[in-house]
Amino acid sequence: MTPIQILFLVTALAAVLSAIMVVASPRLVHAALWLIVTLGAVAVLFVLLDAAFLAMVQVAIYIGAIAILIIFTAMLTRRVMGEAGPQANRSWWLAAFIGVLLFGALLALLVQVPAWWQATPPTIGVTADFLLEDLGASLVDLDRYVVPFEVASVLLLAALIGAIVLARPAERSGGEGAK
Amino acid sequence: MISDPFTYLGDLLREVLVGLGLTTGQAAALIQFLGAGALATAVLLLTFLLIWAERKILARIQDRLGPNRVGPYGLLQTIADAAKLLTKEVIVPDGADKLLYYLAPPLTVMSVVGLWAVIPLAPNLIGSDINVAVIYLISIGAIGTLGIMLAGWSSNNKYALLGAFRSVAMLISYEVPMVLALLVPTMLAGSMGMVAIVESQRSMWFVVLAPLAALLFFTSSMAEAGKAPFDLLEAESEIVAGYNIEYSSMAFGMFFVGEFLHGFTLAALTVTLFFGGWLGPGVHTYTWLGLIYLLLKTAVVYFVVVWVRGTLPRLRIDQVNAFNWKFLVPLALVVVVVTAVADKLATSVGWGRTPAMLVANGLVFLGTLVVMQRYGRAQRLKYEGRAAMAPEPAGAPRP
Amino acid sequence: MSDQWLFIAFILPLALFMPALPIALSRMIGPRKANPVKNSPYECGVETVGDTWVQFKVQYYIFALVFVVFDVEAVFLFPWAVAYDQLPLYAVLEGVLFIAILAAGLVYAWRKGSLEWV
Repeated sequence: MTPIQILFLVTALAAVLSAIMVVASPRLVHAALWLIVTLGAVAVLFVLLDAAFLAMVQVAIYIGAIAILIIFTAMLTRRVMGEAGPQANRSWWLAAFIGVLLFGALLALLVQVPAWWQATPPTIGVTADFLLEDLGASLVDLDRYVVPFEVASVLLLAALIGAIVLARPAERSGGEGAK
Repeated sequence: MISDPFTYLGDLLREVLVGLGLTTGQAAALIQFLGAGALATAVLLLTFLLIWAERKILARIQDRLGPNRVGPYGLLQTIADAAKLLTKEVIVPDGADKLLYYLAPPLTVMSVVGLWAVIPLAPNLIGSDINVAVIYLISIGAIGTLGIMLAGWSSNNKYALLGAFRSVAMLISYEVPMVLALLVPTMLAGSMGMVAIVESQRSMWFVVLAPLAALLFFTSSMAEAGKAPFDLLEAESEIVAGYNIEYSSMAFGMFFVGEFLHGFTLAALTVTLFFGGWLGPGVHTYTWLGLIYLLLKTAVVYFVVVWVRGTLPRLRIDQVNAFNWKFLVPLALVVVVVTAVADKLATSVGWGRTPAMLVANGLVFLGTLVVMQRYGRAQRLKYEGRAAMAPEPAGAPRP
Repeated sequence: MSDQWLFIAFILPLALFMPALPIALSRMIGPRKANPVKNSPYECGVETVGDTWVQFKVQYYIFALVFVVFDVEAVFLFPWAVAYDQLPLYAVLEGVLFIAILAAGLVYAWRKGSLEWV
């Protein structure tokens, strides 16, 4: 086992365990922090797979923006300081069973990919610098991803306007939001 | 050896390690580990000097002497302060979340030291030449923000939490113009790697090609580092000490260290991205000159940082936010658009790059001045109108 | 490329560990006289009133959300900026269009007063 493989397994294990802790944590803010650990582990996995740009985007957006947003909203609810009690309900065994089934289905699909059985990952033949530049060029290439690129900006605009519209009436209706 | 001591030392170390029985891969990994340790130690020890320098400069600006008792010119003052802090009690408040409480200061320091890993120190001397270094800067900065949030929450103190919220709100707000300003050197260099950005400034420093972007990055980085006039995060007269109320002794000391180091780091980043980094006369024959050039330029920019800190009054939180969202962000968007279009037009029409960019930046600057002048006039008229409508002061019968 | 990341993988834990040393040191060296008054949360010298919670201010949420939107936008723009030298003018204008759409969002937020700190 090469060191990279060992590191990959350790990181994957860390990601799975911290994901379990996200749902099992009795305190809300702890769950948000376990989520950050999970996202960080995924970023490390991206680095190990030579997808450095995606790894950095993962940390910058997910941990730097979305996790902070989640923590903001978690901390601003009044019950956050208290424990929420045991997180599992009575049918947890059923949920675990369905989870295992889904995992088995995913595995069955994955083993059909030829690269799964190769000892070394397929070589790409181009440098990481070229890939990054190609990504940029493809985003504005008329034959490739320019339409999703522009639609993404419209989607972000919709999200922005939606959030502002949703948050505003809370200001007007007295009570909350008063300084 | 004289011309390139860094490569020479690296090769020497590798030979020694391979001679001791390690494979080349293991030797390289060990050298990286030692390098990381050396860089982290050097940077943290540098903070002693930085604190002294900042106190001295601030003192002179305020017409006083600053530390001058402990050691020659007060140089050992920081060591004395550190020793004093070490002997104080670490008071952990009741109900505090212990793990997070102790995790927050090292996390904040880590986010600053991590920035030094991608700063090119000299032509062949850099910690890590990743090709996504610019986004790495953003990511690691975001982890610092997280550290502050943890500090505020884990103190079990509503003022710490409130201070942490305000701090984080300000920090994430100022990340937007910083990220947008970082697009400009990326565009001009065609790469996100720091070494590529420094190398492509050989013909012309980016501060000449994009002065507004440099100013934007510098200003928003100062806000990110919590330097005045954006230092309401620890306005002692307002919210006591904000997120680090409940921190004492060395835990507080580490926050302090991280903050001072961040100021110097932002100067180093501004120099690398806009002022040519280690570029200078003769640097390709004698690579160690690069380190000296970098430190000199960074010292100059750092002096400006401290100068601004000692001169400008602190902004209120609503002023801070208005300045960001209503001035810096629109300006950043305009600068990115103008840079992109102007550079492309200039190269396709055949003008030189430098004059075209200078003209474009100049136009944006003039446009900004015009907008600010109109805004200032509108505000003045509004306040004068309000004063004119105020009730008569004297002579009117008081109810 | 992975060997470049090795340095970062080394320096980040080192940088996390090094400040922890002085903190541990001061815990060992410093006095440890806990008393209930010293350990209670600081509230400018008076007793704390009520639980530790903070009044919801929608402003925090709006700022965080606008930040998320602009952060994602910038991340989309970075590959575009890297490929900038190779791009023809229309491709640059497509990027400008992307920025313009989001600038319109900023203008909307501004006009609706969501960027004020109440």
